[in-house]
Order: sequence, then structure tokens, then C-alpha cells
Amino acid sequence: MQTVFSIAIDAFAYGMALFIICIGLSLTMGLMRVVNLAHGAFAMIAGYIASYAQKELGTGYAVAILLSILGTIAVSIPIERFLYRRIYGSPELTQVLMTIGITFCVIGITNYFFGPTLKTIPLPASLSAPVDLGFRAVAGHRLFVMACGLIVAAGLWFLIEKTSFGIRLRATVDNAGMADALGVRTQVVYAVSFAIAMGLAAFGGVVGAEFLPIEPYYALRYMVTFLVVVSVGGAGSIPGALLACLVLGAIDTTGRYLMPEFGNFFFYAAVIAIVCIFPRGLLGRAQ
Amino acid sequence: MLPSSPSFASSRAVSSEGRSSVRESTTSGRFADSRLLRDVVGVVVIAVAGAAGYWLFPDSLALLTRVIAVALLVLSLDLVVGYCGVATLGHAALFGAGAYAAGMACLRGVTEPMTLILIGAAAGAAAGLVMGTVMLRAHGLAQLVLSIALVQLAHEAANKASAYTGGSDGLAGFSPSPLFGTFEFDLWGRTAYLFGLVLLIGVFILLKFVVASPFGMLCRGIKEDPVRIRAMGAFVFPVLLKMFVISGAVAGAGGALAALSTQVVGLDSVSFELSANSLVMLVLGGLGSLYGALVGTVIFMSFEHVVSAINPFHWMTMVGALLIAVVLVAPGGLGGLAGRLFPAAPVKGDDRGGQS
Repeated sequence: MQTVFSIAIDAFAYGMALFIICIGLSLTMGLMRVVNLAHGAFAMIAGYIASYAQKELGTGYAVAILLSILGTIAVSIPIERFLYRRIYGSPELTQVLMTIGITFCVIGITNYFFGPTLKTIPLPASLSAPVDLGFRAVAGHRLFVMACGLIVAAGLWFLIEKTSFGIRLRATVDNAGMADALGVRTQVVYAVSFAIAMGLAAFGGVVGAEFLPIEPYYALRYMVTFLVVVSVGGAGSIPGALLACLVLGAIDTTGRYLMPEFGNFFFYAAVIAIVCIFPRGLLGRAQ
Repeated sequence: MLPSSPSFASSRAVSSEGRSSVRESTTSGRFADSRLLRDVVGVVVIAVAGAAGYWLFPDSLALLTRVIAVALLVLSLDLVVGYCGVATLGHAALFGAGAYAAGMACLRGVTEPMTLILIGAAAGAAAGLVMGTVMLRAHGLAQLVLSIALVQLAHEAANKASAYTGGSDGLAGFSPSPLFGTFEFDLWGRTAYLFGLVLLIGVFILLKFVVASPFGMLCRGIKEDPVRIRAMGAFVFPVLLKMFVISGAVAGAGGALAALSTQVVGLDSVSFELSANSLVMLVLGGLGSLYGALVGTVIFMSFEHVVSAINPFHWMTMVGALLIAVVLVAPGGLGGLAGRLFPAAPVKGDDRGGQS
């Protein structure tokens, strides 16, 4: 019973950390139709900034998160303007090559400036202490990640379904040409949603650093994980991404707890099965 | 079935272009002659370049043999990506299947080098059959993700089955017998290099026939417009699967060559990194051209050898910048770029009919 409970807590927290990072990728892939393999690279930039802010500038955890999100968005805006805008609507292979290229550049440049070592992001005392739930103590950081995940999911849902920006975004997704003709500035919509996606990647990268440690090859190592999660969930679908993160997080964590020697075997076996049965992802829309 | 069907205007333009090239290549004898001449010249150039490598770099023949093995992988990737239009990031699974099969067979007493290459090719073909069967069910993004998941699964399987594959330590301790009973696989790798070069040239000539055959033309047609090919009455899936098997055999032979020359098979031969790198080499050289595959491999690996010895992160920045530049400036790769700069270059543009 103890094992089942700790697996459940870990799986849920890990799934939520994955969700915060991947939902941004799901947005870019579903809404803007860009297979953005460089998504993890932006999470990595955020992790490096947060680590630098805490270690060298001596800021607190919250300020470090804020700085990393702003810094990552600042980096991503020129990249969107000059590189991504040229590959909207290109074939998948072109997008894959371009974004792999961006990933390599980001890895090379960040490690040139910050040094090729494992970057730690120290947690504040309030988050590293265990929290007593009455029947069991749970690490505070796990609860924090879960709360963040739920807030992000709710906030995105509100943004897309209930605000006027959401209406314009959905119109652009459904028919960019028509939306443009009706006065929606689609270029601005794309740029803003790209910035939101990168901000989420940054937030997830810093908050989830306990599960996916920030290291020199972070962007390459988790590139596949992020892409797989999004395509399993169905690109562009928030509930789909949530479901995929929870299912894959559960499979991965359970596998590691019960059969650590198999590594990621079950993760990828599950991915192949799901993608074969649901080629558009669990909750992806038909196109 | 298709994610987005092309507009009528563009599909008509593509098809008329394709039809005229078919007519030229079949009815005009003079054209076929000049094409044959070009290919003979091309093969001679490859052989001369290979021999030059043997005389100029006698101390780094091991590296050159590795280049040849990877060139076979990139050639096989070109068959699938460049000629069939199936994007894959998991092709190293086929390379690794050949390498492990050759290594295991050698450990169990089959030490004749030619037989080992054939065993590797057969294992690669079998792996290609499995991979094609799974991957060709899907399209677009799902297909790409399936290819990644397959290579990762193969990686985990090779890691787990350490009783057969040596796990993360790698498969070692096998030694192939001398080629034709006389030429030892020595420390300097002379035999391995020359053997690899002959193998590469043989495979290259074979593939030239494959891609110029009606079957190769059909594959290129499927790449352009699968719906139209289906409407013509051809079955798309078996054709692509056949190309996958051929591609697997080539990649498997490359893997077996790598296993023979280094006499160790590591987990990196079934890795996502090798798959991604081989795709980068292919795109660098030019998709849909067998020469492009070779040129891309040689350039990529020699730069990697030089730059990554200085600082691996400089190397990553450079490859990344190069990739971005290729996508933005030269979508046809270096081969395409050379073809545009020198339209009359003898080896360019002969088998790049499918470029759009």
C-alpha cells in the first residue's frame, strides 16, 4: 500500500512537470503546425538562467523563476521572427531539420557561456521540507509541482475558451486566411502564442528540474520524450496533453519502481501501441 | 488519407514534369547513353577518392572505414527519405541490427567476412521489414514519432539482453577470419578499409540500378503524389515496404562492416543520435541523390573529426548553424546547391528528378 501510494504521488507529480513543459509544445504543434524539436532547448535556457540567477546573483527561487521566464521569452522572440516564421507550413522534414539545428546551436552556445556542468536549482526551505498530509508525509516540492500543473491547465483553458484572444487564436487555427481577411492580425497571434509556449517551457523546465535535471545535453536527451508525449496526447489538445502526461508518467514511474532494469522499455512500447491505435493521438482532432 | 492534398495546379505541373522525364529516359537512347557515361565516371571518381584516402591517410584508416560504414547507412536512409519521402529518425535501428547480427554470428563460429556481411544484410532487411510494417501504417508526425519510439525500443532491448549483446559494455571478443583466407584484419585496418571500399562501390552500383528501375520510378512517384499513384492502380504500401527491406539490407551491411572493422559493437549503433546524425549528413549532401549521400557523409564526418577534437560544443553550434543555413538557403543540400551554381556539372541532376 505504501509503495502504491508513493508511486501514485511520484507519477502524478512527474506527469504534471511533463505537462507544464509539453503543453507549450502541444500549442505550437497543434495551433501553429510546427514540429518544434527545439522546445526542450528553451526549457534548458530557462534552467541555466534560473541556476545562474540563484547562484551568481543570489536571488530567491520565485525571482529566479520569473527571471528565467522573461529571459527565455526575450530570447525566443527574435528566433520566432527570423527562423520559425519561415517554416510555418513547410513539410515536417524541413521543420525537423531546422529545429534540430536550433537545438544544437542552443546547446553549443549555452555551454560555451555557462560551462558544461550539471546545473542545480536549489529549492527554498519551504518547498524542500516534507508536508504532513495527516496520514503520510509528502515532499513539499511534489505538491508545489502538482499545484502549478493544475493552475497552468486551468489558466490555459480559460485563456483559450473564455478570452477574446482565445477566440482570435481559435479562428486563426481553423482558417488562417479567413481570420486574416476578417481583421485578425494572424502574425501577432502566432508571435504571442509562441511566446506563451516558450514561457510555459521555461516555467516547466525550472519547476520540473527535480525530475528532469538541467544538464548540458538536456535539450537532446528529453527532445524525444516531449515530442512523444505531445503526439500521444494529440497536438493542440489541452485535455489530451494532460491525459498523455499522466498516463505516460504513470507507466514510466511504475516501470522504474518495479522493474528498474528495463529502463524506458515500457514507456516506448506503450508509445508504439498508442500511436498505432490512435494515429492522431488520444484526444487529437481529425483534420 | 493525406494531411493536406496539393492544389490542382501544382500537382499537374509536377506530373507533367515527371512524365516528360520518364519519356526522355525511356525513348531517347542518346540521353540514356550520356547518363550511363555519367554514372561510370561517378563510380570511377568514388574509387579514385577511396584509393586516395588509402594513400594519403594511412594512419587513420579506422576512421575512414567508419566513414564508409556510415556512408552505407546514409545511402540506405536516402532510399527511404529521398526516394520515398518517408521521414524517419530511427534508421540506426537497421544499422544496429546488422552490426549485432554480424557480431553474434562471429562469436558463434561463423567467421568468414563475406558471410558475416550477408548475415548483417539479412538481419537489417528483417529489421527493415518490421520497421516498415509498423511505420507505414501512420503518416506525418505519427510516423516520425513511431520511428523514434522504435529505435529507442531497440536501444533498450539491446541494453537489456546483455546475455546476447553485451549490454552497455558492448559486444566484443570476436575476431573475423582472414578475407579469402589470406588477408588478415590487421591493426592498421588496411584490409577492412579496402574491403569496405569495394563493398561500398558494389552497393552503390546496385542501388543505381534500383533507383533507375521502374520500381525506383514508382517510389519517386509515390513521394510526389501517393493519391495519384493509387488512382493509377498501384499499391502503395507493398512498394514502400519493399524499399524499406532493400534499405534495411544496405544499412545492415554497413553495420556488419562497422562490426568487422572495429571488432566491437556498442549501444551507440542503435541510438537516436546516430539516426539524427545520419539524417543531417543526408540533408547536407542533398536528398534524393546517391552522390549527395556520400558527399554529405564525408564532409560531415571529417569536420566532426577535426572540430569535435577541439571542443564538442563548438561542433554542435557549427552543425546547428549549418543545418539552419541548409534549410534556409539550400533546401537541396550541397548537391542541389552545386547543381544550381553549375547546371552543366556532369554528376548532378541525374537522379534528382523528385526535387520540388
